[in-house]
Amino acid sequence: MSRQNRRNSQSLNALPKERTGISGFDEITRGGLPAGRPTLICGSAGAGKTLFAMEFLVRGATLFNEPGVFISFEESDSELATNVASLGFDLNQLIADKKLILDYVFIERSEIEETGEYNLEGLFLRLGHAIDSIGAKRVVLDTLEALFSALPNEAIIRAELRRLFRWLKEKGVTAVITCERGEGTLTRYGLEEYVADCVILLDNRVQNQISTRRLRIIKYRGTSHGTNEYPFFIDDKGFSVLPITSLGLLHEAPTEFVSTGVNRLDTMLNGRGFYKSSSILVSGTAGTGKSTLAAHFINAACMRGERALFFAFEESQDQIIRNMRSVGIDLEKFVKKGLLKFQNARPSAWGLEVHLAMIHKAIDDFKPSVVVVDPITNFLAVGDQIDAKAMLTRLIDFLKMRQITGMFNSLTSAQDNIEDSEVGVSSLMDVWLLVKTIESNGERNRGLYILKARGIAHSNQVREFLLTDRGIELLDAYIGAEGVLMGSARSSQLARERVTEAERQQASARKQRELQRKQELYEAQLQALRGQYESERDAILLELDEEQKRLKEVADQRLEIARLRKADSRGMKIDENGARKARKGAAAR
Amino acid sequence: MKQTPTKKQRQKSSNGRPSQAASEELSRWNLRLYVAGQTPRSLTAFRNLKEICEEYLKGQYHIEVIDLMENPTLARGDQILAVPTLVRKLPQPIRKIIGDLSNTERVLVGLDIQPR
Repeated sequence: MSRQNRRNSQSLNALPKERTGISGFDEITRGGLPAGRPTLICGSAGAGKTLFAMEFLVRGATLFNEPGVFISFEESDSELATNVASLGFDLNQLIADKKLILDYVFIERSEIEETGEYNLEGLFLRLGHAIDSIGAKRVVLDTLEALFSALPNEAIIRAELRRLFRWLKEKGVTAVITCERGEGTLTRYGLEEYVADCVILLDNRVQNQISTRRLRIIKYRGTSHGTNEYPFFIDDKGFSVLPITSLGLLHEAPTEFVSTGVNRLDTMLNGRGFYKSSSILVSGTAGTGKSTLAAHFINAACMRGERALFFAFEESQDQIIRNMRSVGIDLEKFVKKGLLKFQNARPSAWGLEVHLAMIHKAIDDFKPSVVVVDPITNFLAVGDQIDAKAMLTRLIDFLKMRQITGMFNSLTSAQDNIEDSEVGVSSLMDVWLLVKTIESNGERNRGLYILKARGIAHSNQVREFLLTDRGIELLDAYIGAEGVLMGSARSSQLARERVTEAERQQASARKQRELQRKQELYEAQLQALRGQYESERDAILLELDEEQKRLKEVADQRLEIARLRKADSRGMKIDENGARKARKGAAAR
Repeated sequence: MKQTPTKKQRQKSSNGRPSQAASEELSRWNLRLYVAGQTPRSLTAFRNLKEICEEYLKGQYHIEVIDLMENPTLARGDQILAVPTLVRKLPQPIRKIIGDLSNTERVLVGLDIQPR
């Protein structure tokens, strides 16, 4: 009581609330259950009522130091302890620490005879004692309706229940009372008329053969609350109600880059790759190599020693590893090193929300820096487009908050205009790669475009995308007078160009050789002429020489004759001039 | 007013023991009556029980009255919810009769004194 008064005085008008500690539940109820009042949890068999109630107590004891009492009408202490041990709740330890009391109320109808008037003071006393002995703030009655089948007099039970709820309020404990859902009514025995403050319905509904647990707050007097149906799931960490808080675009934007795993693609993205913690959409029709692109991305991350998580919704782990080996990527070694983890599930295995929660959990557990979801399109098979988009928004927010780079593959139908069909999700993405088959000349070729890359200067050209046994290769598509050519058209065009080039080269070589030959010819002729001239010159020189010799002989003879005739020197002089004249004439000739 | 019957009640239950014969006989019918405080209803229940025992089980019974107001922990052992509850501990098997025991016929059936 005093606790309740204190809370009331703290905030005069607001209804004091008690946090449950159940993941997500306190968010949708904006604070938890009404403090110091009873709350009714109804639902059909297997809806998770007992677990909700138990987690309420366990979280109270462990997180908020509020001891609790669990009165069970259905399961014994040891059964309960065993059942929740799988969720990591150690009830026996809590009991030993005086944080929890389990009381199994068992009534065997067959051994009970009723004679005359009675009341349920025994139950009150048991409960009261349990509450007082550990100073409990939280009480669970699971399932109170068992009283109706255990005791024959319904009128007495009803009167006593009314008294019980009043008594619980007076005690100031926050109580959770579970009850079975009835036909067309919230509870089989109409307990909701006694508990007027807060009624929560748990539901396990099957839609398209997929069962999804849902929680709805039917009534929460004196406070605003989420009115939707909130999906929840139960796993080995207990209850999780969704939505898990969305961060509302407050995440930081890192400036580091992560490689795409394909060199040429990095080049296309300003040479560096994606921004860290960005979300990347890879869309394309079937068989365009989306998964291979994802494998490259993961391969690069693991090579850097980072952790990667692969959510595969179409293939098994072995299948992916085998297939990627065929393009030269060995993912298995990273799995063995513990750097890579696969989470494989059929989309139809759970509802969307459960998938989301599973992804959240896997990410929380594994703490990867890179995540691949392949493909996101399959979620459309589980929910409708709106649901799927909402789920992706939350997933992307979640990844960004943790600075995880996420790659989402999306399978698009060949008929649609791909850019239209992705309108739903593409706005959420920072980078959008489109892998497209381009059909021409009776063949399909893969082309890769970067449709958008927020904050990164990127190439606007299409690249031809080849899957080789050494992984993805990006080639420049042929862009020329003939248009954009790919595949064999590109290679035949290139071959044609090679032929033309070769011919041109041959022609030029031929001309070179001709020039050479001509030069050689002229040089040979020049040589011959020179030879002729030299021989003629030699002959003339020889002739001249002989002529001179003959003239000298004539002159010598004349001198001899004159000497012999003993002529005077004057006559000889005249003769000498005459001989000189004759010599000059021979040279001119 | 409320205090006087308490004493009377306790006297009665403790009175029975020494005046009767061997303890074997006494423990043939081991009955335990759970009440919560000295309410008129619990007094009625005790009175009715005593009458029935005197009439049908004279000298073979032993009645133990447990006030859960004083010993709330004892409620757990016999799984008591309703008060008053009469528990037949012996002879086996355990039988429980809830209410103020105002219908003698049903009490006899419940205790297996009379065939059903």
